Amino acid sequence: MTLLWLLLLPIVGGLLAWVSGKTGTQLPRWISVLALALVFGLTLQVWFQYYSEIDIFTEQAWLIEFERDWIPQLGISFYLALDGLSLLLIALTAFLGLISVVVSWKEIQYRVGFFHFNLLWILAGIIGVFIALDLFLFFFFWEMMLIPMYFLIIIWGHEDKRYAAIKFFLFTQASGLMMLVAILALYFVHGNATGVYTFNYNDLLGTDISASVAMWIMLGFFIAFGVKLPAVPVHTWLPDAHTQAPTAGSVVLAGLLLKTGAYGLIRFVVPLFPEAATQFAFIAMILGVVSILYGAKLAFAQTDFKRLVAYTSVSHMGFVLLGIFAWNDLALQGAVVVIIAHGLSTGALFILAGGIQERIHTRDMDRMGGMWSTVPRMGTVAMFFAMASLGLPGLGNFVGEFLVLIGTFMENILLTVIAAVGIVAATIYSIWIIQRIFHGEPRETWEMPDLNIREMVVMVAMMLALLWIGLYPKPILNTAKPALDILQRGVEEVRMVEQTPVPDPRNEMQIFMSINQLHKSDH
Amino acid sequence: MYDLLWLIPFFPFLSAILLVVLGSRMPRAVNGAIGAGSIGLSAIITIIIGINFLTSPPEGHSYTQVLWSWIDVGNFTPAISFHLDALSLVMIFVITFVGFLIHLYSTEYMIKDEGYARFFAYMNLFVGAMLVLVLGDNLVLLLLGWEGVGLCSYLLIGFWYKKPENGYAARKAFVVTRVGDIAMLIGIFLLFMHTGTIHIQQILDMAPRIWVEGATIPVAASLLLLGGALGKSAQVPLQVWLPDAMAGPTPTSALIHAATMVTAGVYLIARTHVIFELAPAVMTIVAVIGLVTALIAGFTALTQTDIKRVLAYSTISQIGYMFLALGVGAFAAGMFHFMTHAFFKALLFLGAGAIIHALHEEQNMFRMGGIRKDMPVTFWTFLIGCASLAAIPLVTSGFYSKELILWKSFSSQLGSVWFYIFGALGAFITAVYTFRMVFLVFYGEKKTEISHLPGTRILLTLVVLAFFSTVAGFIELPHTMGDFTLFSNFMASVLPSVPVLEYSLGTEFLLQLIATLLVAVGIYIAYVLYVKNPEAVNNLTASPAGQGVYTFWSIGWGFDWLYDKVFVQPVIFISRINKQDFIDSIYHGIAFATEVLHRLFTKTQTGKVRWYAMVLVAGAIIVITLAVLL
Repeated sequence: MTLLWLLLLPIVGGLLAWVSGKTGTQLPRWISVLALALVFGLTLQVWFQYYSEIDIFTEQAWLIEFERDWIPQLGISFYLALDGLSLLLIALTAFLGLISVVVSWKEIQYRVGFFHFNLLWILAGIIGVFIALDLFLFFFFWEMMLIPMYFLIIIWGHEDKRYAAIKFFLFTQASGLMMLVAILALYFVHGNATGVYTFNYNDLLGTDISASVAMWIMLGFFIAFGVKLPAVPVHTWLPDAHTQAPTAGSVVLAGLLLKTGAYGLIRFVVPLFPEAATQFAFIAMILGVVSILYGAKLAFAQTDFKRLVAYTSVSHMGFVLLGIFAWNDLALQGAVVVIIAHGLSTGALFILAGGIQERIHTRDMDRMGGMWSTVPRMGTVAMFFAMASLGLPGLGNFVGEFLVLIGTFMENILLTVIAAVGIVAATIYSIWIIQRIFHGEPRETWEMPDLNIREMVVMVAMMLALLWIGLYPKPILNTAKPALDILQRGVEEVRMVEQTPVPDPRNEMQIFMSINQLHKSDH
Repeated sequence: MYDLLWLIPFFPFLSAILLVVLGSRMPRAVNGAIGAGSIGLSAIITIIIGINFLTSPPEGHSYTQVLWSWIDVGNFTPAISFHLDALSLVMIFVITFVGFLIHLYSTEYMIKDEGYARFFAYMNLFVGAMLVLVLGDNLVLLLLGWEGVGLCSYLLIGFWYKKPENGYAARKAFVVTRVGDIAMLIGIFLLFMHTGTIHIQQILDMAPRIWVEGATIPVAASLLLLGGALGKSAQVPLQVWLPDAMAGPTPTSALIHAATMVTAGVYLIARTHVIFELAPAVMTIVAVIGLVTALIAGFTALTQTDIKRVLAYSTISQIGYMFLALGVGAFAAGMFHFMTHAFFKALLFLGAGAIIHALHEEQNMFRMGGIRKDMPVTFWTFLIGCASLAAIPLVTSGFYSKELILWKSFSSQLGSVWFYIFGALGAFITAVYTFRMVFLVFYGEKKTEISHLPGTRILLTLVVLAFFSTVAGFIELPHTMGDFTLFSNFMASVLPSVPVLEYSLGTEFLLQLIATLLVAVGIYIAYVLYVKNPEAVNNLTASPAGQGVYTFWSIGWGFDWLYDKVFVQPVIFISRINKQDFIDSIYHGIAFATEVLHRLFTKTQTGKVRWYAMVLVAGAIIVITLAVLL
């Protein structure tokens, strides 16, 4: 039932917020805060309970399951399940969700009830994506995230909102369609082979698919998740959507929506198609490296603060893509930490950008500069998140990126070295943000208040979270570990069975796996 | 007693946080007391632990304190844990002790600055990060300190953020050192991949067992680590950031040059010396880079007019000597020079700060002069610092440490007579530029009036540092003067002494004599050129050849120019092109094509029945024709 509550709370909360919007602007906000606080509390409660018994869960795939028949004739069920990976992502969703409500407190004054309805339904869709383990249900939630997000951008967005919203919608719809086709193809392949037609993830694992078909189906999933991630060259919706969305929209987009793509890669692409994913790994890793460098390169060139941060997201998510397809325990753990840390650091930068826009009504960095003396608190906070973003050790992003790189190094030295150049690039764009906004000569005189208590509470919470991940990531690593172990083990088993006698020299992952095995037996 | 170890980096961090959060709400006196007091506390604990270490050393001459497990994935298990041995003890002593004096000085020096609390917060963070760097028992924790130091240098160099050129200098320091850091990062990955551990001591224990001398992995790993060291320690070709780092407040320069930051590279190589020893070719590269850096920076220092830039180039040059020592395997000698250098370089920078403050923030030495009577304490202490830098025999600490390096560069198995010759040449140049500075600043006629005399805290700091700049050398005396080797004995548990070739005492004495004479000649030349006959310099630089050389040297041998053309301009170019992201135009193209087709087809929707009938007939004819033909 816990899993159902995780979904129902934001769904019902959203409806209540919409209805209560007629009474004024305050009630919807408080209802949203309450609903999300309950989700967050529930998640923490599950986490604590689970964490004390962590050793038990090394064999069992799911911590909590919830299954009801939905359309049994077609093998569709209402199947929710939670493991450590989903738990972490839901905790992040609830945390950033709460923050999005708080940062919209003053910014959103128009159709407040409907705004919170959309926000909560996006979050419900995201939570659904993280726990739906029936592929049909998964697709349902996947679509459920998009429509309210579209409204969020087109109703409460900035000057170019129509263009951005439609672009966002088209990209995600087109790619979602590919995923739908892929899901159906998998459903029929599995049904034809076994006679059991089902959308259940557990049953579909290990489906025997011929190599070429597997590759096509895998690509269908990969493209859908790659667009969400986003990976170059399907990233171009992101800068527009980020820039035009209201602050809460940007936070949810960067912090959560992108993460559904990463989650999909970890949960579905590699485990469902281990062979095809292995063959494709090298290309995916190259796409990851290209995203890291190309995103950073485009970030240099921007003058719009939000657009710059949006491109840095492309760069950071490149690390996630790289880590997932390196597919060893270091790189995977790293990818999970990047997912969480990037949600916090980039979310915070978007909040700062929103805060500045609220105060001086521009995002153009050419008109800023020297603002430290006017708003020292904001400057200090921005410095902190810029440092997190460039991967300063001691903050969360470092742990993730370091683990991704060291894990990738075991698979492919050259790609790691090129990706590491991205760290220098990150240094340049991060300190460039500080220089252009807070340091130097003021280009225009702005009178503006410093961060108020509400904003400081949000910022301090995010800073503490990043410091915690940076200095003591163990709870996160431990929580993700059983889930990742099980995923890795499943992939390994399939590979063992289907391994051809002559190992493919291109297939570096397999070679590494066997080396890894040797290492493990040494210890 | 050793379990107090964690407090040493803890106090600076705690006070940095306090100052950031509450700094603006507290009076200056409190900010200063917290800022300097925290480092003082760390220094006291360091001294207590140090005395303990000397009287009753821990088992195996090292002590490790594990605070908590940091990351734990497979066999990648870095912890937040500190490792104390002779090497880290010397480092933390210098960092906290010299660091404290610099902080004490700053409480007076920075008193009028509006960013007083912010300044101390950054300085404390700097010291804390450096302490973590030298105490970290694994490469990841070392990296945390390493990057933290880089961040703090960025923050402090750009401390006066309103001036764009300060921001530029700060960014340059951060980016250049981070380029080196990438190499180091890859080096760490490589070591982890081949040893399966990230703990420094385990790697060092394992290295000689799994690799033979000259094997690929230790060569590659040591080269990569060297890349990081070159960046942080401002050695050729990554030295370009340090001279510009002068943009920060003067105490910051003292901290960067003496106690933190630039010595990190020296520490890294000393700490991982086992890996370097397995790569003799890399050792030679280290020595050559050190020597080349020492000379290039020395010649550049000869032509600078800004007193702080002279000191900056002298640091680069002196670190070059430390690299020379490391490269010939004289690790303890390198650390010895690090320690003496910390005292006299902190003294020189702080002295320069007092002078600059006194002369209306004037930094150009050619607009100073004749102030030795008015500022006697500053003059004498500065002179002591300069004597040490120039290695005047017997009475200065710099003499003992530099002589040791020169001797080892000649006598070590990895040494060579050429190392000695160029090293001695460097000592000669050092003497010239150092005393050029002394004569220009303190002698001759007064060119700027003194506006403000330094107060007690500044003078006290200078006197204490002058004292240590003199006596610190006596803990290690050469064979010709009693062969007293307290320092290298102490370091022996971590840094083994180099195997040296046998030479007679006579040879050693002769070499010392030559170096000493060179120093004397250097000082005399400076005296002639800048006191007795200043016209000579002008004549020299006025000649076409002299002018060319002068310009070449004064711009630091054109490295900045070269890097601007090779790296900076291309990066700016790349960031300018494709601002709009050409990939997006593909999608715009698709959208456009769709729209065009849409327009095209709407044209056919005219509502005229005749037209529809015509198209119908035409279509039917085409279909029938095709059916017939095919």
